[in-house]
Amino acid sequence: MWNKILTFLHIKKKKQVEVASNGLLVAEPEVRPEYVEGYYEESDTIIRLVSNKKKKNQKAYQITGIDDVAATNNWKGWLYLAPVIVLIAVFLLYPLVNTIFISFAKDYEYATGHFSGVTLDNFGQIFGITTAGKGGKEVFFTQYAIPNTLIITFVTVPVSIVLALIISVALNSIKWFQKTLQTMFFLPYVTNAMAVGLVFSVLFQEKGIINYIFGINKAWIFAADRWDAMLPLCLFIIWNSIPFKILIFLSGLQGIDKQYYQAAQIDSCPKWKVLTKITVPLLSPQILYIMITSFIGSFKEYTSVVALFNGPGTYGAASASDPNMETIVYYVYANVEAGFTSRAAAAGVFLFVIVLVFTFIQMKVSKSRVHY
Amino acid sequence: MAFALFKKSENQYINFRKVKVNNNIVLSIEEAGKTTEAIKSTEKVVKIITTILTYAFILALALIVVFPFYWMIITSLKQRAEIEQINQTFFPNVVMWSNYAYVFQVFDFSTYMGNTIVVAIFSTLGTLITTIFAAFAFSRLRFKGRDTVFFVFLMTMMIPGEMMVISNYLTVSAFGWIKDQTRTDAYLAMVIPFMVSVFHIYLLRQNFKQIPDALYLAAKVDGKSDWDFLWKVMVPLAAPTLISITILKFMGTWNSYVWPNLVTKKEAFRLISNGLRGAAFNDPDSGIIEYGYQMAASVCVTVPLFLLFVFFRKYIMKGVGRAGIKG
Repeated sequence: MWNKILTFLHIKKKKQVEVASNGLLVAEPEVRPEYVEGYYEESDTIIRLVSNKKKKNQKAYQITGIDDVAATNNWKGWLYLAPVIVLIAVFLLYPLVNTIFISFAKDYEYATGHFSGVTLDNFGQIFGITTAGKGGKEVFFTQYAIPNTLIITFVTVPVSIVLALIISVALNSIKWFQKTLQTMFFLPYVTNAMAVGLVFSVLFQEKGIINYIFGINKAWIFAADRWDAMLPLCLFIIWNSIPFKILIFLSGLQGIDKQYYQAAQIDSCPKWKVLTKITVPLLSPQILYIMITSFIGSFKEYTSVVALFNGPGTYGAASASDPNMETIVYYVYANVEAGFTSRAAAAGVFLFVIVLVFTFIQMKVSKSRVHY
Repeated sequence: MAFALFKKSENQYINFRKVKVNNNIVLSIEEAGKTTEAIKSTEKVVKIITTILTYAFILALALIVVFPFYWMIITSLKQRAEIEQINQTFFPNVVMWSNYAYVFQVFDFSTYMGNTIVVAIFSTLGTLITTIFAAFAFSRLRFKGRDTVFFVFLMTMMIPGEMMVISNYLTVSAFGWIKDQTRTDAYLAMVIPFMVSVFHIYLLRQNFKQIPDALYLAAKVDGKSDWDFLWKVMVPLAAPTLISITILKFMGTWNSYVWPNLVTKKEAFRLISNGLRGAAFNDPDSGIIEYGYQMAASVCVTVPLFLLFVFFRKYIMKGVGRAGIKG
């Protein structure tokens, strides 16, 4: 065996094509052959040297069908696209440009659209570097919005992904009632976030069932400590986000070839090894997709805070002066409603940059198609 | 695996050169000191135990997931005293249907519901029409700049909707839909910005692309126009996707909160989510929050969605699941 390999390497290294006098190596040098075949006497083997040069001007020809001339109509295509283009230009592209512009505009006036120059002051304001308005520094963004959003992201995303993965693997392995149980796990998806938020705030109220079950007497929602209130919030977000993940994971799991599992069974591979070495790697496209989308989604968390607390903080609508549960998006909306358009725009641009970074990561990673 | 042949009576290897094989000899295969029968039976036991454990685990989690719904329903049927008592009950002692009667008096369910349905119908119709046109143009027609436009469309999916709200509010008020708001103004403000969805265009385009060229050419031979082909062949063939889009759009409107909250200036124009969150379910005398009323209203808001889910489960789950394949 080693002999063969060594000889092969030897031939490859020399890269010489010689016709030996005894006729052992046979090749035609002037044709620039793709491979050289030789006969290795000692071990009675044919050795083939495959060239690693790529052919130039290699073209794949594809039959694309009949060229339908009727479908090459220029103006008609634009006519069909017209409504969408108008709507996207007015409600998607213009706002994007405008928001970026507002975030850099100095003394932007919301009603008239006047401004006096370009500045970074808006960003300075939201990050508490420069004083905002009539004195006092803006602290809500750095003190509440960013930390809360980060906590929500780094708690709910990993927990919900792992939980959804375990549930979908278990769901995929059972025989009876699979559809029924799957539907049960899907139910949180088809609910109104406000309605369920109210339910969660009832579950977590001081005289509520959660405190009763665990035998404690703690405020989770109203007048709660900021860190205590994080628990129901994160639970609510996880509960809300799991159905979608299970759905995606399950459809991914059902697409995995059963042969891998049969092979593992023949090798009497332990269950956890099957999970970590077969299921998770083969599911990695779905896991990656879910990871990126839920990262982006949790950076945009807003509705759950409103649903649970009815306001930016644990004192409900009355906590405007101490919005301890505020998220980035909540900050944006609160400032839009209060008329601080420049600040809202700056925070919006900040969010946009974060989402953009994550999207580019997704594109980069998913381009390298090999996940396992 | 170790193969060994045993004589029935004594535990000894047999030398086949000496012993003649006859009826007394039984073949037995062992692994790690256990016969195959024993291994099989232990495997069976292990399998049953894992199945039971898996079911127990899944059921427990499913119950936790469904528990909030159960609690919502039973709380909506409880008296206040029972909700607030120290020993929580898992079934109402006195079933209070009157909670619902009260909620229907206080909570203007029909107005919110009406607004939501009007907004949902028009924004869904608008989305469907724009989506069908755009998907047709992108999948069937050929014109200069088509791929560039499509690329720009796809890029817009990256923009967080939250960012648009700021300018869109200004735009909508520039259109005069905010000041001195009439009912039509409010509906327009809630419908028009949501009449386009790039993701749905993408979804339908993929669907349209699967329709073979042969059908199009056959229609051309028969003298059909593009317009006829779109409505008579492509739309019926893509019906499942269109149904999914419709239902998801309806659900989206039912759950939309931020934008309606921002652009509606009168309580009577608001949608169901805003109504639910904004309504005060307090006891008229003491002003204390009545959780029973709150939960009854929540049930009223949740039930229509559930009904939709029961009837269109297949389309909803397919439509949502498709979102994952795009990645």
